Amino acid sequence: MDYIPRLPINKWTDAAIDYLQQRWGNSFDTLSENLETMIVHLQDYLLFIPPALFIIIIALLSWRFADKKMAVFSIIGLYLIYNVGLWAVTMQTLAMVIGSVVLCVLIGIPLGILSAKKEVAHRIISPVLDFMQTLPAFVYLLPAVTFFGLGVVPAVIATLIFAMPPVIRLTDLGIKQVPEELIELGKSFGSTFSQMLFKIELPLARSTIMAGINQCIMLSLSMVVIAAMIGAKGLGGEVWRSIQRMEIGTGFEAGLAIVVIAIILDRITQSFGKSK
Amino acid sequence: MAEIEVKNLTMIYGGIPEKALEMIEKGLSNDEIRKQTKQVVGIKNVSFTVETGEIFVIMGLSGSGKSTLLRCINGLNKASSGSIIIEGTDISQVNSQELRNIRREKMAMVFQRFALLPHRNIRDNVGYGLEIQGLARDKRHDKVMSVLNMVGLDAWADYYPANLSGGMQQRVGIARALATNPVILLMDEPFSALDPLIRQDMQDELLEIQKKLHKTIIFITHDLDEALKIGDRIALMKDGEIVQMGQSEDILLSPATEYVARFVKNVDRSKALNASSVMVKPRSVVYPKDGPRMALHVMERFGMSGLFVTDKNGVLMGYVVADDASRISNLGERHLESIILKDVPTVPPDTSLADILDIIAISQIPIAVVDEQNILRGVLVRGSVIAGLAGLRRDA
Repeated sequence: MDYIPRLPINKWTDAAIDYLQQRWGNSFDTLSENLETMIVHLQDYLLFIPPALFIIIIALLSWRFADKKMAVFSIIGLYLIYNVGLWAVTMQTLAMVIGSVVLCVLIGIPLGILSAKKEVAHRIISPVLDFMQTLPAFVYLLPAVTFFGLGVVPAVIATLIFAMPPVIRLTDLGIKQVPEELIELGKSFGSTFSQMLFKIELPLARSTIMAGINQCIMLSLSMVVIAAMIGAKGLGGEVWRSIQRMEIGTGFEAGLAIVVIAIILDRITQSFGKSK
Repeated sequence: MAEIEVKNLTMIYGGIPEKALEMIEKGLSNDEIRKQTKQVVGIKNVSFTVETGEIFVIMGLSGSGKSTLLRCINGLNKASSGSIIIEGTDISQVNSQELRNIRREKMAMVFQRFALLPHRNIRDNVGYGLEIQGLARDKRHDKVMSVLNMVGLDAWADYYPANLSGGMQQRVGIARALATNPVILLMDEPFSALDPLIRQDMQDELLEIQKKLHKTIIFITHDLDEALKIGDRIALMKDGEIVQMGQSEDILLSPATEYVARFVKNVDRSKALNASSVMVKPRSVVYPKDGPRMALHVMERFGMSGLFVTDKNGVLMGYVVADDASRISNLGERHLESIILKDVPTVPPDTSLADILDIIAISQIPIAVVDEQNILRGVLVRGSVIAGLAGLRRDA
């Protein structure tokens, strides 16, 4: 067993991170600033909406896309959050989740299409996704901090790594599941690549892709607490602080708020995949 | 004019075909080729032409290569060797842009499982081909509605495929294929997924539409009855090769191989054969100016008890029987006019045997087969009809 000396994977990794930081440090800084601006702006917009109006909008959305019960749940749940004084931090969390999910979708869907269309791409992307999904979050949380500093940006990056795989995988799956006969239909009528994609493949893959986005939202929310450890504020920050201070009650309140947000987002996005 | 000309087409599934092509040349069987190269021979050295306005049926069991062949014609399958010439252009040589244009303008396909897009309503399904051509929605509308009208579904334009029955869905499939006004229709077992009764309606409807539009149709089926009903010509395939090609009677009455013979054994001949395929030549007729002696002489020579009477142009006038002829002959009459029976049973040449059986069962005299100008084309006697049903040649 010991014929081969210990492989210094740890040192290689450190060296690689050092190199990346020296060579691309500036680019990382720029990226970091842009991301930060985006999330902060989003937060400001969300906080700009009066809580009452916000609750009504969400209730109407729930009613439209889910059902009446969900609308009632949204009103009660969101009011509860407001009532216990967690409104501002909830909006911070929401901004982070929305930002991460938008980025996941913008990057994930094209990658999923690529993976479905090109076997080579699939063979490269698939193991990378395995890696992203199984590597413990704490392992990449630290390098994220070294590249992007403390705060909301490394949290978003960590969320991307954690929550993007289902978007890519399910986009790939959804496109591959389009029945062969419908692909032949497209080709036999002389469709171009983009006509195939936008008129046949993506519409037929929609419910599968929406399931991927739904998973992505849920995973982003579950990342909120972990991300709090590297300085992301929001509901996760509340939980984290109350754990450190042994304030079980306050921690429970923040945890409850996360659950409320999760249920509302889940039910609304789930219905996107079903409706005609 | 030949619309489609397929010459020595071979198609090998999987990998580079050169080695397998060589092995076909040497005369190795498909099994041997598969064992040695792990490639599957889809189509083997197939040649045929389809004329403009013809319905050409390709028939065979599953795995015989019929669908593969159809997909070679619109380039969904790439030919390994040979050529497919459509209006002078070899499909296997064109680049992808040209192929796309040919698919958009020259041909359309109808699918076995309908292949309707579930997220589009009927109007937008039918308009798909036009949309791909780049036609704006308001410009598509008239064409879409006119083809929907043709298949009787104009009231369903705003429904979704899931709301329609199988037969209706396939009507939409046909309307979609007709919408771009292609010259060639490729139909891949279009009625196989339908109930038998609906299937027959659809076959009739297709023939109706064809009467109006005169498309060049390649029609795939595994059902011989369907092939016989629809096809102007039929090609029977086995193991990627055409084993027999011809009109329905050729295949029914003189199967080229044991395989074809087994195939046609169970066919319902009374529906597949028609009057023209079992009638005998009117061996002799008399003209009205011929006297009764002449008529009796002819009957005696051919051993018959009656004769059809026609004018000089072959237009049927009636029938005379021997008893009447000898009676007026004894009376010394010189013309047949007085004894011609005007009320003789006649059928057009395309009458099916099933319908003839009903008439021949009650008729005392043979049945005359006449065309639209009432010209006598042939005669149906019981013997020839029974021979036809038994699958024997008409002159046997």
